[in-house]
Amino acid sequence: MVSHPDEATRGATLSRRVAGTLVGLLVVAAACAPAAPQPSTAAQPAPAQQPAARPAEAPQEAAKRAAQQPAKPGADLRQISGTVKIDGSSTVFPISEAMAEEFQKATGGKVRVTVGISGTGGGFKKFCSNETDVSDASRPILQAEIDACKKNGISYVELPVAFDGLSVVVSPRNTFVDCMKVSELKKMWEPAAQGKVTKWNQIRAEWPDRKFNLFGAGADSGTFDYFTDAINGKEKASRGDFIASEDDNVLVQGVANDADALGYFGYAYYVENPGRLKLAKIDAEKGGGCVAPSAETIASGTYQPLSRPIFIYVKLSALERPEVREFVRFYLNPQNAGTLIKQVGYIPFPERLYQLGLRRLEAKQAGTVFAGKTTLGVKLDDLFVKTPS
Amino acid sequence: MSRPPADTAPRPAGVVHSRRRAGVPTHRRPGGTAWRARRKAAGRAYELLCLAATCVGILVLLVLLADILRRGLPTLTWEFISSFPSRFPQQAGIKAALVGSLWLLALTALFAVPTGIAAGVWLEEYARRTWLSRVIEVNIANLAGVPSIIYGLLGLGLFVRTLQLQRSLLAGALTMALLVLPIIIISTREAIRAVPRSQREGAYALGATRSQVVWGIVLPAALPGMLTGIILALSRAIGETAPLITIGALTFIAFLPTSPLDPFTVLPIQIFNWVSRPQPAFHAIAASGIIVLLVVLLSMNALAIYLRDRARRKLQW
Repeated sequence: MVSHPDEATRGATLSRRVAGTLVGLLVVAAACAPAAPQPSTAAQPAPAQQPAARPAEAPQEAAKRAAQQPAKPGADLRQISGTVKIDGSSTVFPISEAMAEEFQKATGGKVRVTVGISGTGGGFKKFCSNETDVSDASRPILQAEIDACKKNGISYVELPVAFDGLSVVVSPRNTFVDCMKVSELKKMWEPAAQGKVTKWNQIRAEWPDRKFNLFGAGADSGTFDYFTDAINGKEKASRGDFIASEDDNVLVQGVANDADALGYFGYAYYVENPGRLKLAKIDAEKGGGCVAPSAETIASGTYQPLSRPIFIYVKLSALERPEVREFVRFYLNPQNAGTLIKQVGYIPFPERLYQLGLRRLEAKQAGTVFAGKTTLGVKLDDLFVKTPS
Repeated sequence: MSRPPADTAPRPAGVVHSRRRAGVPTHRRPGGTAWRARRKAAGRAYELLCLAATCVGILVLLVLLADILRRGLPTLTWEFISSFPSRFPQQAGIKAALVGSLWLLALTALFAVPTGIAAGVWLEEYARRTWLSRVIEVNIANLAGVPSIIYGLLGLGLFVRTLQLQRSLLAGALTMALLVLPIIIISTREAIRAVPRSQREGAYALGATRSQVVWGIVLPAALPGMLTGIILALSRAIGETAPLITIGALTFIAFLPTSPLDPFTVLPIQIFNWVSRPQPAFHAIAASGIIVLLVVLLSMNALAIYLRDRARRKLQW
C-alpha cells in the first residue's frame, strides 16, 4: 500500500538492469551470428545445397520442377479464383501441402489453398460438418463418419492418392535381426505381451538373452491404428509398456541410440536416417518370404502387411466450384502426382491408377468402397474397380 | 534451518518460551560461540543455495539459446523471413506465420486491453464489497489458472461454430483475448491497489469526481504496473499454440491475411510442423523460426520495460 518515493527509482534501476540483461543476450546473439555460419559457409550463399541428407536430389530439383511445369492445363487455371479448404491427417499433409503450393503458383496466386492438420478423425469431423472442401485421410472413412456425413447431407468422392509404408527398424548395432515374421511381431506387440515378453530370446530361441526396448507411435496417430490392426489384428490393441511418441523423430532418435531397440514408424522417416537405423524385412507368412520396404516393394504391394494407401475425400457439392475441381484434377494429374509425391517422401501409384481416379472424379462417383472397413489386405485395383456405395 | 539441540526439547510455556521467540541473546545459550559460527555457516550455505538456483535458470536459458542459435542462424536469411512455406526446406519461409502472429497480437490487444483495464478499474474503484463482486473476483482468479486448451474448446464452440466466424483471425484473437483477460485484470488491480490512498484523498479533497480521480490520478500512477501485466499477457498470447490448434488455425497457408475474417497461421504452429518432419533441413529452419519468435518476444519485453521506465520517471509523488 505505502509507496516511498524511492520505490520508483529502485524499480527503475531494476528494470534498467533487466533491460541490460536483455541487451546482453542480444549481444551474445549478435556475437554468435558471425561465428555460427562458419562451418557451413558453403551452404549459405546457395540455399539449394542445404539438404545434404538428400545429395542426389538437390541438383535434380530444378530440372524436376521445370519438368512439372507443363502439367498445368494452360491458361484457364489463371482465370479461376476462390478458396480451397483442406484439413485432416498429418500423414497426408506433406502431399496436400506440395499440391497446394504448386497449384497456387499455377493459378498465379488467385486461388487460395489452405491445409490444416487435425488428424484423420478430426479432419472428417470438420468435413462432415461442412467446414472443409477436401479431407486428408490416412485410412478410409469409418462407419460413424459415414453416418455423420450422411446426416448433414455431405456426399463425397473417395480418391486414393499414394502409398505409405510403415518400417520396422532396429539399431545398426543389432546383428541378429534381419527378417521378422508377422507372428513374431505380434508376439512382441500384442496386449498380452505386456510385462511378460521382454527378451529377444522369447521371440526367437537363437536370439540373445537380453531385454529389448520398444518404440512406437502414440495412440492418437493413424500409424498406431494401422500397425496394431495389421500386426495384432485389432485396431488400437497394443501392449502399453513401450516408449510412445506422436513425433516420429523422437522414435528415430530412440532406436538409433539403443542397441536393443525395435521401433516402427513411417517409411519416410527411415529414408531420411538410413545410416542410423537398420531396416527389418517383414515376412507376411503368406508364401511371399522376407520383403524389405522400398519404393518398389511398397508400390507393388509386395511389402505386406505394412503398406497402405492414403486418401483424399472431396465434397461432391464443392466440385461445382471451378477452383476445387481444378485443384483435385491437378492433384490426380499423373505427372504432378508422380513428381510431387516422390519429392515429399511418399510412393506414388502407377500412372494408370491416377487415370482411374480421374475417371471416378469426372463421373462424380460418390461413396466409399470400404463400407467402414480397413484397407488391410485390399488389392490395389480393388480401390478403383469396385463401385463405391 | 539448523537449531541448537537444546531447542528441540519441549519447554514449559511462559517467560522462557516468549524470550526464545523474541530472540534470546546467543551468549546465554549452551555452546555460545560454536553455535554462532554454525548459524553463520548455515546462513552462508543458504545464500549459496539461492545463488545456485538463480544460476540454474540462467544457465539453462543460455544453453537453449546457444543451441538454437547454432542450429538456426545459418538458415536465418531475409529470404526465410519473406517467403511462404514450401515443401522444399531451402525455399520455405516464415512470412505467413510471422504476419499471422502480428495480426493476432494486435487484435488480441485490441480486445483484451481495454476490457481488462476497465474490469480492473471497476473492481478496484467502483465495486462495493457485495457477494456479486466477490463471486466475480473468485472467478477471475480461477480463470487465470484454467488450461489454455479449455479456452480453445470454448473458442471453437462459441466463436467458430455458434457465431460463424469460421477459422478466422477474429475467432483466434477473441479466444486469445479471453485467455489473457484474467492476467490483465489481475495485474491492473494490483497496480491500482499500489497507488497510495493519500493521492486519491487529496484529489477528492479538491472536489474531483470519482471518474476524474480514476482518469487523472489512479490510472497514470498505475500505468507502469499495468503495462507490465499487459506485456506479460501478450507475450503469453504470442507463444500459445494449443487453443489455436483447437479452433483450427491452419498449418499451410501461402498468402497473407488481409482482413480479420481471413484464415491464418502463427509462428508456434509453423515451428511445430517443421520440427515433426523427417527431413533434417526442416529441423534447421524450425530453429530459425524459433529465433524469429524469440526476437519478437524479446523486443516486446524490451519495449515494455522502456515504456514502464518512462511512465515511472514521469511520476512524482
